[in-house]
Amino acid sequence: MPETNGHDAPRVGFYVCHCGHNIAGIVDVAEVARFAGTLPNVIVARDYKYMCSDPGQELIITDIREHRLNRIVVASCSPLLHEHTFRVATEKGGLNPFYFQMVNIREDVSWVTENHDAATHKALDLVRAAVRRVAHHRSLATKHVRIHPDVLVVGAGISGIHAALTLANAGKKVTLVEREPTIGGHMAMFDKTFPTLDCAACILTPKMSAVKNHPNITLWSYSEVSEVSGYVGSYTVKVKRKPRFVSEELCVGCMECIDACVYKEGKTPDEFNQGLSKRKPVYIPFPQATPQVVLIDPDTCIEFKSGRCKKTCVEKCDRNAIDFKQKEEIKEIQVGTIILATGFKTFDPKRIPYYGYGKYPNVYSSLEVERLVNASGPTGGDLVLRDGRHPKTVGIIHCVGSRDRNTNRWCSRTCCMYSLKLAHLLKEHSEAEVYNFYIDIRAAGKAYEEFYDKLLEENIHFIRGRVAEVTDWSARPEEEGKMIIRVEDTLIGVVRRVPVDMVVLAVGMEPQADSQDVRRMFNISCSTEGFFLERHPKLAPVDTFTDGIFIAGACQGPKDIPDSVAQAGAAAAQALSLIDAGEVELEPNTAYVVEESCSGCKSCLNICPYTAITRDETRQKAFINEALCKGCGTCVATCPSGAIRQNLFEDEQIFSEIEGLLQEKESVLTGGGAWRAPA
Amino acid sequence: MPEKPKVAFYWCASCGGCEESVVDLAEEILGVVNAVDIVFWPVAMDFKKQDVEAISDGGILVSLINGAVRTSEQEEMAKLLRRKSALVVAYGSCAHMGGIPGLANQFDREQILRYVYEESPSTINELHTRPQTASPEGGHTLTLPEFRSMVRTLDQVIPVDYYLPGCPPVPRMLKAALDTLLSGNLPPKGTVLGPDTAMCEECPRKESKPADLAYTAFRRPHEVIIQPETCLLAQGVICMGPATRGGCGAQCVTGNMPCSGCFGPTSRVMDQGAKILSAIASSLSAKETEGIDRTLATIPDPVGTFYRYGLPGSLLRRKIADHN
Repeated sequence: MPETNGHDAPRVGFYVCHCGHNIAGIVDVAEVARFAGTLPNVIVARDYKYMCSDPGQELIITDIREHRLNRIVVASCSPLLHEHTFRVATEKGGLNPFYFQMVNIREDVSWVTENHDAATHKALDLVRAAVRRVAHHRSLATKHVRIHPDVLVVGAGISGIHAALTLANAGKKVTLVEREPTIGGHMAMFDKTFPTLDCAACILTPKMSAVKNHPNITLWSYSEVSEVSGYVGSYTVKVKRKPRFVSEELCVGCMECIDACVYKEGKTPDEFNQGLSKRKPVYIPFPQATPQVVLIDPDTCIEFKSGRCKKTCVEKCDRNAIDFKQKEEIKEIQVGTIILATGFKTFDPKRIPYYGYGKYPNVYSSLEVERLVNASGPTGGDLVLRDGRHPKTVGIIHCVGSRDRNTNRWCSRTCCMYSLKLAHLLKEHSEAEVYNFYIDIRAAGKAYEEFYDKLLEENIHFIRGRVAEVTDWSARPEEEGKMIIRVEDTLIGVVRRVPVDMVVLAVGMEPQADSQDVRRMFNISCSTEGFFLERHPKLAPVDTFTDGIFIAGACQGPKDIPDSVAQAGAAAAQALSLIDAGEVELEPNTAYVVEESCSGCKSCLNICPYTAITRDETRQKAFINEALCKGCGTCVATCPSGAIRQNLFEDEQIFSEIEGLLQEKESVLTGGGAWRAPA
Repeated sequence: MPEKPKVAFYWCASCGGCEESVVDLAEEILGVVNAVDIVFWPVAMDFKKQDVEAISDGGILVSLINGAVRTSEQEEMAKLLRRKSALVVAYGSCAHMGGIPGLANQFDREQILRYVYEESPSTINELHTRPQTASPEGGHTLTLPEFRSMVRTLDQVIPVDYYLPGCPPVPRMLKAALDTLLSGNLPPKGTVLGPDTAMCEECPRKESKPADLAYTAFRRPHEVIIQPETCLLAQGVICMGPATRGGCGAQCVTGNMPCSGCFGPTSRVMDQGAKILSAIASSLSAKETEGIDRTLATIPDPVGTFYRYGLPGSLLRRKIADHN
């Protein structure tokens, strides 16, 4: 059937949906249909129980054919829900799908009032507006862009690793970029995992090796993304590869250079061990680090500082892997999709001074304790305090930097469970008395509550109350030489003083310090607390508002390993579905420059949040890249001479809609004035 | 000899600059006089209202009316000329969009009369006398036109066929417009007889405009030594060029002054002031309310800056005074 010419006189088909009782219970749908039938250009006006059902859609299709309709208006629910449905029906009837206009009389009308008259009245106004607007609709073509099959994964903690492996196993080429010298992220630092008490390294390191050895994965550790441009299907990414001063190709990780270093002992706090041990200028973060390549810290290496080192490390390396002249490199890659798995940072407990972190040596952060109880940690798993003693009593304070108006209001979701795990491990390592100070125990996860039950049987003490203070001011002889945890035990209603040898602060999870920079670089949004914002909290949890960019793991919000892995898999699946579709359909609601109208004044160039606008310097005109444009309309509003227009939001469409809305009242937009409708 | 087409000029609320611009045709005016029969031009020729009334309806080919409409007399004359003319051209910014007189729409009639006849520093009027539309004097009644409640554009009073923009229009465009109208090859009704791209297109400073203006403060022309080759916006001076129809040949900018917007918006824009505001506001350096307010506070007269020639014809149109 030939497509109806949009220049024909409009013949509008109008349909109002009952949506069962959802709409018809409040809005007088029969009246809406009757009213629509009286409007200019309306040829058919009907009400129907469920417009989105097959018979509902069939109504549209048949009417288009029988009544030679060339415009369709449906008053029903949100366009988010069924705009596509009705566009398809319009197309099936033989019309361009964009001759359709939707009126939301459910979310915008029937669900927001119980006043029947007001609801019906508002519905009539909206219908009048849509009927006027749709006359100005034009035929539009949906555009497609090709998806480059390669994927960039940023961050190689457990989320990034899992996403990269999932994609690589599906045959896709993945570039995995990690800022730190080794992949593994926080999980590599953990001792055991809750609730199964699997050794974290034992389940993680095989995945790390798999990443390193996978033919489809290019691993760039000690590297950072420095620039991103392009759009879904076609991103150009620049990656800064920081110099390790050791050739990744030549080094085999024998670590003999570390032994040979002129420093007999390490002098720099070891980052991986949370500063609980010292490392040398030439080091490897931990024995199973991936890649197995050492690196040199130029800030502490004598050769870099004075140029007069004996360079025993170089002498020792029979593969000549050490290269003091290595330079930072910028690599450029093309990818079609990007997964961000940039993780979190732990809350800095110094921000709560009354818990004594940094003041009392035996107050630890939970991440430090992970290293302390770890067999490959700084003490080989021996629970020895900073003052050399072994603790007989330990207090674990929950919700440090979580659920707290003074710091972070959110629940970090993992602290209850890892505190339980640490309580178990501490008891196992020291037979100390372990106290947990909690607000609520949140054990909502598979086998989590059972783990809590098990802990209750292990003679671990639970005191319900937010800790007021950790102090060394003793009030009683038995408190001498100990730290005293002051807390209101809200279950028995008394203030207690609990003397302990060791305090563990269960610190919460925060967005990475540079999450705002990263979000800007990748052109995505953050929620108010700074975690990356998903497209929909329930139905699109790994998508972002930028097509082709997905998020996984704790960069989106606090989550534990199983949730992170699940999200990483979901993000990989979303990327795969784009890649395997091969191309993506673009919503045609994009802005465009009417070239002969453009004065080349440059007002639009810098305001596009999606960097979709460039200037053709030879012709001195602005140009909008449709694939990048999200149809936000900022440039349309900005263009001072009205040379930028937007499909589906043309001035005539918007103004006729407003006029329709206000028609009952005085028309404010017509009747002279300097503005003339375009000829 | 066939009768020459009749042409009329008339002025409403205007300064006389538009009349001047007709004279600025210089020797070209002889050609015009040759080609047409000027039947009415109060500023230059001694015809009366009765002479116009005597012409048959539609007997004038074109009336070029300048000035905005504020008084009953102006309205009456506009309506008379409309009836007598085949074509009406709104000539110049005031007829086109309301012009400088249109800035009075920031005040209502009572405020204006009270200020002018009672409160202004140079006024002594102890009896609070105000002009009356009719006042008896020696057995006669003297009449004055009524001062209406607001200034209107010509097309808010009568249907207008074409517009010749500018304060005043440039002679070159008047000549071209007359040639077009006399040729009988008429453009669509409602056309503004000028180019339809923004002034920047013809601005010699265009390429010196940076993409990122990042304003921290605006400066008025007298507060800064304006560099002769750099985009005025880049110097923090508000130039209406991006939101103003071209055709003037960038006259003001060439004279080292910013465009003040007299040609009005392009055909695609409904509200010139709103458009330039939205472009400028998008380029502020500050991102938080306080900084934005600080920057915008350096524009002491926003209406006079952004709506200098177009308040009555804009979406704002006029201020409705709150007398409470």
